[in-house]
Amino acid sequence: MAAEANVDARQAKGQRSLGELLRIVLGPLGQVLLFIIGSAVVLGLIVIIFALLLSSSNPQILQTTLAILPQVIIDGIVRGFLFATIALGYTMVYGVLEFINFAHGEIFMVGGFVGAAFGYTLTSMGIIDGFPPLLFVVIAIALGMLVSGLLAMTTERVAYRPLRNAPRLVPLISAIGMSLVLQDLVRLIATNTPLGFNARFETPSFGPALQLATMPIGDRDIPVTISIKAVIFIVASLLMLLALNYLVNATRLGKAIRATAQDRSTASLMGIDVNQIIALTFLIGGALGGAAGVLFGMNIGTVNPYMGFIPGLKAFTAAVLGGIGNITGAMVGGIVLGFLEAFVASYLSIFTAGAFSGASYADIAAFSILILILIFRPSGLLGEATTQKV
Amino acid sequence: MAMSRTSASPPPSGGWDRIGAMLLGGPTGYGFMVLYAAITSALLLGNNRTSLFTDIVFIFFLLFALLVYRAKVVLPFKLLMGVLTFGVVLPYFGTLNPFYIDVATQAGIYVALALGLNVVVGFAGLLDLGFVAFYAVGAYLWAIVSTPQITNIFPSLGPVPAGWFYVFILLGLVVGGGFGVLLGLPVLRLRGDYLAIVTLGLGEVIRVLAVNLDKPVNITNGAQGIKDIERPPIPFEAALLEATGLDQNALYQLFFYFLVLLLVLITVFVVRRLKVSRIGRAWTAIREDETAAIAQGIPLVRMKLLAFAVGSSFAGAMGVVFAAKQLFINPPTFDLLRSISILSMVILGGLGNIPGVVLGAILVTLLNLMILPRVATVLRQMQDSGVPIPEAFDPTQYQRLLFGLLLIVMMIFRPEGILPEDRRRQELHEDEPEIVDEGGDGKEVQASA
Repeated sequence: MAAEANVDARQAKGQRSLGELLRIVLGPLGQVLLFIIGSAVVLGLIVIIFALLLSSSNPQILQTTLAILPQVIIDGIVRGFLFATIALGYTMVYGVLEFINFAHGEIFMVGGFVGAAFGYTLTSMGIIDGFPPLLFVVIAIALGMLVSGLLAMTTERVAYRPLRNAPRLVPLISAIGMSLVLQDLVRLIATNTPLGFNARFETPSFGPALQLATMPIGDRDIPVTISIKAVIFIVASLLMLLALNYLVNATRLGKAIRATAQDRSTASLMGIDVNQIIALTFLIGGALGGAAGVLFGMNIGTVNPYMGFIPGLKAFTAAVLGGIGNITGAMVGGIVLGFLEAFVASYLSIFTAGAFSGASYADIAAFSILILILIFRPSGLLGEATTQKV
Repeated sequence: MAMSRTSASPPPSGGWDRIGAMLLGGPTGYGFMVLYAAITSALLLGNNRTSLFTDIVFIFFLLFALLVYRAKVVLPFKLLMGVLTFGVVLPYFGTLNPFYIDVATQAGIYVALALGLNVVVGFAGLLDLGFVAFYAVGAYLWAIVSTPQITNIFPSLGPVPAGWFYVFILLGLVVGGGFGVLLGLPVLRLRGDYLAIVTLGLGEVIRVLAVNLDKPVNITNGAQGIKDIERPPIPFEAALLEATGLDQNALYQLFFYFLVLLLVLITVFVVRRLKVSRIGRAWTAIREDETAAIAQGIPLVRMKLLAFAVGSSFAGAMGVVFAAKQLFINPPTFDLLRSISILSMVILGGLGNIPGVVLGAILVTLLNLMILPRVATVLRQMQDSGVPIPEAFDPTQYQRLLFGLLLIVMMIFRPEGILPEDRRRQELHEDEPEIVDEGGDGKEVQASA
């Protein structure tokens, strides 16, 4: 029997041509690119129209707007991929359990701390300067993924599994508790080690930022730059999306995950160990969050125990925006939200002549998006409309 | 209502229930109440130094409120005992040791807030993680109108006279409720877990606005907060000062204590009446099964909105009192942790059950204000004498850890809270008979350990 099943499986795999496999795996990449270009064009046009409207009172404004536009778009891409990678974890867990893993932002933060601890270890050994940067990135991400993934699995085992059949709000409250506990546990550990509350994320030198172009503004030239770390961030998260997409859509394990998401009890009748699949889902989601944490910490330069909360909330927004439960949707939602934030953060104070500080109102913009989406299109950009099961 | 149900229930299953029934009702009930009040009062008044022992006695003293609420004795006796302990003994003790009366006042404020949140979470089953936003709205309302801050917004207006405070308590009620409706209107259509996230986001938005609304027009004075908030005038202040021989600050402490006590009593009364009203039953129906509730003809969104409005109006009114008592408010006072701590109170005590929520609010507040600082002192002493305790560990700074653990442990082992509501307990242990269920829980724990 088992041998037959294996043959069948191999046949099933063999029947899938290479082209089809490529389409399954690379298809989402196209969608993501489409949304990157689309968001950039739409938001860019909106700010240009605003600038034109305001240029009668302030002739400088159009020039300023155009000059910083490329940098804002790059910033939007980086932010977008940050939200996207965290949102993947939310969306996977939600897809399988219909449960908002509130502690996911903290899993992300722990990844950042693991990376910082690795950097600190290398620094204290005095070998960080000569360390090959790419190798550093790979090891740091691997460590972050390992620790965060295992942590996510543990939280599931301790705080969520006993509550799996309880009324909806019960595991949610438990998850909120877990989020608070993780924040303070990490703070307890960090403040009692040399890392400190605001831990520096030491990295080998990556060299100067890449200069893509220069934009003339008045009599000065403003360079358009993207740091090497940001490039690494984008490449790494694209690779993660592809790997996850392959795993979920083209492997047996992925099939088991999808089956569990569709109907837990039927999946278990088909011989799928549901508990194991759920644990694996947490492991994968947590590992992605951990990797995002390492990349984020590396980009920012410091990490602290409370840094996961707001990005976590925004990533959840991104997951809902894209259609929660949908992997490509999480990516797309993250990109759109990232662009929106970058544009609000950069242009709000320019357009209101400094009356509103863009950086703080960007948070408000993100939550407003969440509310608007939930009211007008609760299924998100790519999600399918679902009816509530009674 | 709850009492009659308890007494009507079939033979008490455990020894505890039997002891409880004996102590609460009948002739022993009177004796127990008098004894309890006498012992705690004597211990309190006999030793008015601030110490761990006094803390513990003080907790037991405050818990007398529950006994008064639950005991099956005639109403006049209840009132007499309540007035004697909370109207005479506690204020007198407050003049001996001002720290404790302040703690009692804060506990009272939290009791009212937790009762408000209980209407939203416990009665209607809507998880609101941004509850403190409405408290902030009330606090900023009084802070802005009673200071020159108002002149920044409306140049023609000056600060209102302090006597308007009493009007503004009512206005806080209205404004808090109005904000509740305003924020609730777009989000109440959402399913439970989405609602939780959105209210959390809205709570953060209010805090971010409080930090940032100092430009272009200075409304909230930004991160510095508003100071020199006006205190309300005390009626017959001169006569009272002369009669009691206290200084003005001590008199204000007593005044706020009585004011909060009065507001708590009103809140308990209103919430109790609401719970057994048609509206309260509609909330219960919505909480237990939305679809069935709609089928019964309950206007879902209107009822949810009402729960939101009632809960947030309590918070708005208490915000006004808080601002007047504290004399200074700033945005960090109204952060997410505050919302979570109020939620912990409701969950710890028992969702939906009024005495339970009062108990939870008292326990959590006292834990926060008295026990944690006390433990911190003890730890520091141990550290000085050479016990290896990490230097950076200060229990008062680890409230998140505490509340987080509290939430997880309560959810896993006793989701219905310390003093559960009967109906709620049945809801949460729907599947199996209770005893079997507890056994199952135990096994689960062993397996996970």
